[in-house]
Amino acid sequence: MQHSRVTGIGERPALRIVLVACTMVLMVLILVMPLAVVLVEALRRGIGSYAEGISSPDAWDAIRLTVLVAAIAVPLNTVFGLAAAWCLTRYRFAGRAALMALTALPFSVSPVISGLVWVLLFGLQGWFGPWLRAHDVQIIFALPGIVLATVFVTVPFVVRQVIPIMQARGDDEELAALTLGASGWQIFRRITLPRVRWGVLNGVLLCNARAMGEFGAVSVVSGHIRGLTVTMPLHIEILYNDYNLPAAFAMASLLAAMALVTLGVKALLERRQTAGV
Amino acid sequence: MKMRTLGLAILAIGLLGSTVVRAEVTLLNVSYDPTRELYADINKAFAADWKAKTGEAITIRSSHGGSGAQARAVIDGLEADVVTLALQPDIDAIAERAHLLPTDWQSRLPNHSVPYTSTILFVVRKGNPKGIHDWGDLLKPGVQVITPNPKTSGGARWNYLAAWGYALKQPGGTPEKAKAFVRDLFSHVPILDSGARGATITFARRNQGDVLLAWEDDANLAVRELGEGKLEIVAPSMSIQAEPVVALVDQVVAKHGTAKEAAAYLQYLYSPAAQEIDAKHFLRPTDKAVMARYAGQFPTITTFTVDEVFGSWKKVQAEQFGDGGVFDQIYQPVK
Amino acid sequence: MSRANAQRRAARRGVLPGFGLTFGITTTYLTLIVLIPIAGLVLRAAGLGPLGVWQVISAPRALAAFRVSFVIAALATLANMPIGLLLAWTMVRYRFPGRRMLDALVDLPLALPTSVAGVALTALYVDDGWLGGPLAALGLKIAFTPLGIWVALLFVGLPYVVRTVQPVLMELDRRTEEAALTLGARPGQVFARVVLPPLLPALLAGAGLAFARAVGEYGSVIFIAGNRPGVSEIVPLLIVGKLEQYDYAAAAALGATMLLAALLILLALSAVQSRAVRLWMRTVAA
Repeated sequence: MQHSRVTGIGERPALRIVLVACTMVLMVLILVMPLAVVLVEALRRGIGSYAEGISSPDAWDAIRLTVLVAAIAVPLNTVFGLAAAWCLTRYRFAGRAALMALTALPFSVSPVISGLVWVLLFGLQGWFGPWLRAHDVQIIFALPGIVLATVFVTVPFVVRQVIPIMQARGDDEELAALTLGASGWQIFRRITLPRVRWGVLNGVLLCNARAMGEFGAVSVVSGHIRGLTVTMPLHIEILYNDYNLPAAFAMASLLAAMALVTLGVKALLERRQTAGV
Repeated sequence: MKMRTLGLAILAIGLLGSTVVRAEVTLLNVSYDPTRELYADINKAFAADWKAKTGEAITIRSSHGGSGAQARAVIDGLEADVVTLALQPDIDAIAERAHLLPTDWQSRLPNHSVPYTSTILFVVRKGNPKGIHDWGDLLKPGVQVITPNPKTSGGARWNYLAAWGYALKQPGGTPEKAKAFVRDLFSHVPILDSGARGATITFARRNQGDVLLAWEDDANLAVRELGEGKLEIVAPSMSIQAEPVVALVDQVVAKHGTAKEAAAYLQYLYSPAAQEIDAKHFLRPTDKAVMARYAGQFPTITTFTVDEVFGSWKKVQAEQFGDGGVFDQIYQPVK
Repeated sequence: MSRANAQRRAARRGVLPGFGLTFGITTTYLTLIVLIPIAGLVLRAAGLGPLGVWQVISAPRALAAFRVSFVIAALATLANMPIGLLLAWTMVRYRFPGRRMLDALVDLPLALPTSVAGVALTALYVDDGWLGGPLAALGLKIAFTPLGIWVALLFVGLPYVVRTVQPVLMELDRRTEEAALTLGARPGQVFARVVLPPLLPALLAGAGLAFARAVGEYGSVIFIAGNRPGVSEIVPLLIVGKLEQYDYAAAAALGATMLLAALLILLALSAVQSRAVRLWMRTVAA
């Protein structure tokens, strides 16, 4: 028996090759091919038409709005995610389980409903609609509504990534720091945050990807006003409905690239981490 | 620091949301999906015309989506100065549910507030391999028909009613026979897209089905943009007159102070200049002179209106498309 | 051990500072962003009265749609569990060309607007598509059938499983595995008894999220489903149909029912999680 060379299961070359091969096949089937379809359709009429598709004034308005919405929604959910993970893993209190369930709830809400809930609240026929109209405050069919719908859909990402890590790590080190006289903020910054940073980063990336790509919920609260409340996914729908498929897919590929570019940042950070520490 | 970011973000939401800076008069036209290119052209022409007449600059913003969804958005507070939608019941709903305009809105503009019309045609594969010439041919064995779901697509309701009206107007036609005809027709529908544009792409790009039921303007656009020489249009002997409607939203223009401009915009839709633009986008102008000039591009079809065949839209909507209505009864999924 | 216990008890009493602040942020945020909107939805549905709600959700077409939505979401999730586990495993344990690309691509289903995903998948699986063609030759029709919904939900749910399992797999202490192997256990046994039990909670949690997401999915499904009532019509599409008739209350009733059902399944799943691990240990030990 040559167990001396084996350092874990799944390390035998044959098994390894089989598993990697399966992974590759699944990756191509499930992930690469849909992306390839997007790129092929986007480049159907050549690179010039691709550039045209993503550089029209309407496209730029959509890109700006999508970046703005993500820039508001992602930090909000990150701050909330850290606070909630700390609160839900470091203390025991009545109602903790209920709060825990609430953090995941938006995942089980259909995108159609995620938009509708805001209409039911702030729409003219909704609970607060008449008051808002009387005070001339526009929430839905304007930026606040789009932000709210996006925040709702992406609430769980950061908190759900951080909670398991905080749970697994336990709080021994934090308590030790406390006995040494550290303040709460110091404990959080020096001990907790470094421990959970990869989880936070993962959560932020997922949150950002979803915030930029959300279609259904935003569609309900946007009002689709050209150049004003049209985000990138909605602009893609508009192009698609104009039978301008190359431009629609060009926009889609750009959106995917923007959402995934953050992964490049992650890869860089990881490399620095392994090289430096 | 994190808290400050949070505070700033909340502040930003508040500021951006509450104020809209108006440098000049802006109108919002809330319309349905296939009119995007049409209104892009009309808005430009109107702005130029308005500038020439009054010396004032005006910006027209437009919003497009499914007709019913757009009506709901206006009901829920999307501040449309004017609405230009695919179905009369959609504007009725705005009047009845949100009271943003009087219920007799249709009598305020010429031709029952219908500036342009359209009709339902067939799109088939090049050479018409299945020999489809009229509604009856759609029921031939092996023919697959693509039409969107009338429960979710306003445009699809015209397709449905066109088929119903054709069957009813055949010699010896009765509502029972019409129902049987439409039931048979839907047994030839393998895919029910949720919107008209989706159905067109399913037919043209995904090569599903033998015949697509489509609005005349949509059919022409599809043949040009998606057909690549592989599609052609067939006009049936008889079809429905699709009547998209337009209206001023009184409450909104009062709030915006845009009554004068909005009224002028709607009047402009009936001007020869705008009617020319309609014709170029394959919508049938209601102006007789303009129609005569473009007669060559519109096949002659006997058309009937909803009111003629069904009494009124209100009746049709409840009887045919309401929950438990005729459509729910007849749609037999292919098992 | 007893020191750790003492500390944990101290934590329970709330020795660590920051409870007030973090609790305040958590409850305020969840109330504003999640609780109030959901309450509004439930209230709107409640306006129908219990009988009215029952009529909406027990209509034959609604029941058929619930069956389609939940059964296919469950089947897609069942497929996503082994696939997600495999992808996470190879990504964490092996170094191979394309690993970083895989790591990036796993998030694609989140980044791509669901409608784009739907259009792309339809183009792929239609009878003359890259994958639909060969499959059609085998007599398998994917696009415009319930199988198409399954494909779309598989795509949409995958990142949830992978991203939940991946961090736990990274944290896994490999010394236990090595010890078991040096003691002569077969790799299959080690996987079942040493590796899987600590992964199982994460795997089930990820599956729960993927399932919850799949049940409500709309954008990607409507393009590929064919949407035939009773066969491939999903609940969210019925909701859109209700809205089209301005029946907000019925739409809210369907939405709230779906939400409730998904929530119950999530809670049940988290309840069985710990039990599942214990049960698993016992089965493999026997």
